[in-house]
Amino acid sequence: MTQEPLLKIRGIQIEGRSDETWTPIIKGVNLTLQRGQVMGLIGESGAGKSTLGLAAMGYTRDGVRISGGTVEFDGIDLLKASANVKRDLLGKRIAYVAQSAAASFNPAHRLIDQHIEGPVQHGLSGRKESAEDGVALYRKLRLPNPEEIGFRYPHQVSGGQLQRAMTAMAMSCRPDLIIFDEPTTALDVTTQIEVLSAIRDIVAQYNTAAIYITHDLAVVAQMADRIKVLLKGEEVETAETRTMLDAPTQQYTKSLWAVRSFERPTKPAVQTGAVPLVSVRNVDAAYGKEKVLHDVSFDMFAGRTMAVVGESGSGKSTTARCITGLLPPSAGQILFDGTALPADYRKRSKDQLRQVQMIYQMADTALNPRMSIGQIIARPVQFYLGLTGKAKRRRVDALLEQIELEPSEYFHRLPSELSGGQKQRIGIARALAAEPRFIICDEVTSALDQLVAEGILRLLARLQDELSLAYMFITHDLATVKAIADEVVVMKDGRVVEQGPKDEMFSPPHHAYTDLLLSSVPQMDPDWLSKLLAERGVDNIGDAAVNKM
Amino acid sequence: MGNVLTIILQRLALGFLTLLIVSVVIFVAVNLLPGDFAQSILGQGATPESVAAIRRDLGLDQPLVTRYFNWLGGALQGDFGSSFAQASFANFTGSASGSGSVAQQIAPRFANTMFLAAVTAAIAVPFAVFLGVLAALYRNSIFDRATNFFTLSSISSPEFFLAYILILFLAVLNPILPSVSNIYNGMPLGERLEKSLLPALTLTLVVTAHMMRMTRAAIINLLASPYIEMARLKGVSPMRVIVRHALPNALAPIINVIAINLAYLITGVVVVEVVFVYPGIGQLFVDSVKFRDIPVVQACCLIFAAAYILLNLTADIMSILSNPRLRHPK
Repeated sequence: MTQEPLLKIRGIQIEGRSDETWTPIIKGVNLTLQRGQVMGLIGESGAGKSTLGLAAMGYTRDGVRISGGTVEFDGIDLLKASANVKRDLLGKRIAYVAQSAAASFNPAHRLIDQHIEGPVQHGLSGRKESAEDGVALYRKLRLPNPEEIGFRYPHQVSGGQLQRAMTAMAMSCRPDLIIFDEPTTALDVTTQIEVLSAIRDIVAQYNTAAIYITHDLAVVAQMADRIKVLLKGEEVETAETRTMLDAPTQQYTKSLWAVRSFERPTKPAVQTGAVPLVSVRNVDAAYGKEKVLHDVSFDMFAGRTMAVVGESGSGKSTTARCITGLLPPSAGQILFDGTALPADYRKRSKDQLRQVQMIYQMADTALNPRMSIGQIIARPVQFYLGLTGKAKRRRVDALLEQIELEPSEYFHRLPSELSGGQKQRIGIARALAAEPRFIICDEVTSALDQLVAEGILRLLARLQDELSLAYMFITHDLATVKAIADEVVVMKDGRVVEQGPKDEMFSPPHHAYTDLLLSSVPQMDPDWLSKLLAERGVDNIGDAAVNKM
Repeated sequence: MGNVLTIILQRLALGFLTLLIVSVVIFVAVNLLPGDFAQSILGQGATPESVAAIRRDLGLDQPLVTRYFNWLGGALQGDFGSSFAQASFANFTGSASGSGSVAQQIAPRFANTMFLAAVTAAIAVPFAVFLGVLAALYRNSIFDRATNFFTLSSISSPEFFLAYILILFLAVLNPILPSVSNIYNGMPLGERLEKSLLPALTLTLVVTAHMMRMTRAAIINLLASPYIEMARLKGVSPMRVIVRHALPNALAPIINVIAINLAYLITGVVVVEVVFVYPGIGQLFVDSVKFRDIPVVQACCLIFAAAYILLNLTADIMSILSNPRLRHPK
């Protein structure tokens, strides 16, 4: 391979503006991409993956500038090229697939009109031909009803289908290079497989080069020929995918690889006859006329973790809302320590409210941005326990120490001055402040990087051992389940399809749906996706897509 | 679509209710005005008996509630009563009655006002939206600043001042347009347009700033959206990004500001009418207040309120229709 590389980035330096000063985001990274090659870019959030991906298109977002280095695409210096030259390349020879397809499709236009915009505007073909080509691409990407789906508006199409439609749109001009920016991060595992296989096939079919940005190692292992690891704007290492997976040379890469090894020891089974701390009994619930929970029952015990798993829309969070009393069930009961809780939280006593606390997925939105950390934690301390003055301060300090944050340093800070993991720790401290016996953790690690998420899981495990807490752990990530759960409930379409101790759930025989979920979790093995697809057969995936309509 | 129809019917019902409440407010407020038609018409020669007689003739001795319902009942049937002024002149001159109905008095004036508003809107709305789009496209450039400067200066200057400046440049120094807009019934359309052009241009200067600035702000507000970034990364030209990708999603606030400005064109143009001697409803309104001609004042107020409500309602409905989620439910 002596041919000239398609994309050559040399010593690129990118800065972002914060408070009138420019701080470096990317510090001199090199990247070389051959035609038809897929490069995986991996790193934690804030590593500069997306910024680098966009810079490969000669594009920067507002408040970001390229301060040094070169970006050469097929011999054209993108940083020196005029706006017209760049505009002629974008969409036509370099295309982009964004993380959130729902936000990146214009809500005002039909899919097909957005699809043909590229080829028509770039003068590659007429409206009719490119629309026909669009249908062909939809078919290749195994979208259901390829003839008609283009006439829908973005809000009428599911997330996984939109993500494939966006890949089709990126393909519309048959570009030489596509930047995929976390295209499956927002999707369920079962949907993710469909999108991954569709992307992989079409990229291979047209010999398109790609930069695939993600924070999920197992995903990048399926997609990329080479992997580049980024840390805080600097390259850690680059290697062929298999070499990188088998023998990472850098300590940081090894630590990324090791995250999935955290697993709590299995606890002895619950004694028969023990009274469950929280018992969900035959609960039905509805939003208006639409019934969303059907006869949901399971028990949770003190000092143990119940993982509730399922795809989005399966009723996991709704069950949590029933337990907290935010959504009174239309039938059935919630028992706490053997006695029934009033269905509506407004009818519960302060002590009953105190016992059930929640930790939320988005720590960003769950913390009041105008209150200091001390105030946020002090509020439940005062409300539930009636502590004031010095006693309150002592309690807040103790809570901060429990979540491993130095009280004197963090007490007066605002949430905006904290990192994502620290904010989630504050969320935990706020839940603990009420001294509950039962905590609902709603996807608490899914917005966090793997290393940070692992820290949160370890903290939760330690607190459970110390305080004998019961957790209801809502998640769609089976790796997290494996790490922390004692019992597992699998939900689908508002029903419990399977439940039992973790070890039983993870060893066959499974319920068919559990099996689908388990087998859909990406593995580090670069051949995993190919093997899985061979096992299931491509038609099977097409059917699954149709079923999702 | 059934969904949208229900929303529209709901809005219509609400609009009607608002109008009813406004009618009470108008009626009470007008009747709280100091002064009395009988007093003001009789002037120095007012004796208690003659005042009482006129009051009785006009029904002013009835209780407020009775008068309100009489008025409302009539208004619902399109009968706004008789103008006090016209009625009394009819009495004094002994000529046939019936020529003094409020509706007859208002109708031609209202038609003139609507004509002027329509001409102004036809110039101002496309002009303002176009300027707004250009200002968004060349944001923070000299063009953007100049546009902002001129529209803001024109909205900040008194209307009569703008009117005289236009007269100076377009009628006196360069006699292109007539400075007096004396419109009459049966005037040919072309001449009518020519005579209305100066007041229409003055009003255009007054209303452009709002609409242009809202267009600019609503578009710029969307420019950070992921789908705008997507459009740019598809190599779409900057003009097309704005017109095709941002504008359709920015319509709702723009439509609302346009509606408020159109309502202003119907209700608030008395100064411009006076400067150009344009026989619109604004002048009639001010004259009626001067004479304490209560039925005309009330009818004008009601028409103004209806114009506001109707235009805002239209804006609401059009904003709803501009949302594809409502036009095309799942």
